[in-house]
Amino acid sequence: MDNALWAVGRVSGFVALGLFTVAVVLGILTRSGRPLLNIPRFSVALIHRNVSLLATVFLLLHVGTLLLDAYAKLNIVDVVVPFLGGYRPFWQGFGTVAFDLVIAVVITGLLRHRIGQKTFRAVHWLTYAMWPIALAHAIGNGTNGTAGWFLVLAVGSVAVVGAAVVWRLSATFLETSKARQGGLL
Amino acid sequence: MSEVLHIDWTKCDGRGLCTELIPDVLGRDDWGYPLARQARGGDRTNVAIVPRDVAAARDAVQLCPKLALSLSPQGALKRR
Repeated sequence: MDNALWAVGRVSGFVALGLFTVAVVLGILTRSGRPLLNIPRFSVALIHRNVSLLATVFLLLHVGTLLLDAYAKLNIVDVVVPFLGGYRPFWQGFGTVAFDLVIAVVITGLLRHRIGQKTFRAVHWLTYAMWPIALAHAIGNGTNGTAGWFLVLAVGSVAVVGAAVVWRLSATFLETSKARQGGLL
Repeated sequence: MSEVLHIDWTKCDGRGLCTELIPDVLGRDDWGYPLARQARGGDRTNVAIVPRDVAAARDAVQLCPKLALSLSPQGALKRR
């Protein structure tokens, strides 16, 4: 049973990180206001939301199974307070920070209509901190974190997210950038 | 029942989700902002939504990335 919990705990963490990577890129695409090929804008927004929620489910599975298994020596305090863990506490602490950030981003995302745009947006920005912290946790804490195949995937993910962020900061990021910069005049 | 879609122009950023969801009601101007196809009395801020479009308009209110839309029953407008 312990072996099963341990295996599920590891795989679910890996899947969650992969899905969060997709979610971040889709979030940036949503912000640009562009459709994705023939997928309309509202669908891109919904896919962003649903991929993020699916990633969160895997994250809960990751934390839940490792809480119950005997190898990770995780206790309930480690879920909330970082850097107190029994196994590589420094890198496990990154996981705790990322987890807490995800919970904050998800709750404010689901309550967007109640809490208003300003609060939602301020908390949602934390995603840009969450993703690299989660990746660092995976590399530093994961059993396969420094394996060649994982590092190749990690470098690839950083390249994709990095490219999306560079695009995000570029002058032509918005679908309407050109028109709003006077391109129609 | 018909409803009224209110566009808060202080929040709207012209992201275009609403114009995809209710294309019969809202067009898009060159800068991306929604433009009521039929403005009653020149009012492009409070747009009439016929019963057929109410469900899609509700989706637009839910999904607007800037929370710039609100939907209220026809007539609520006059009391405001």
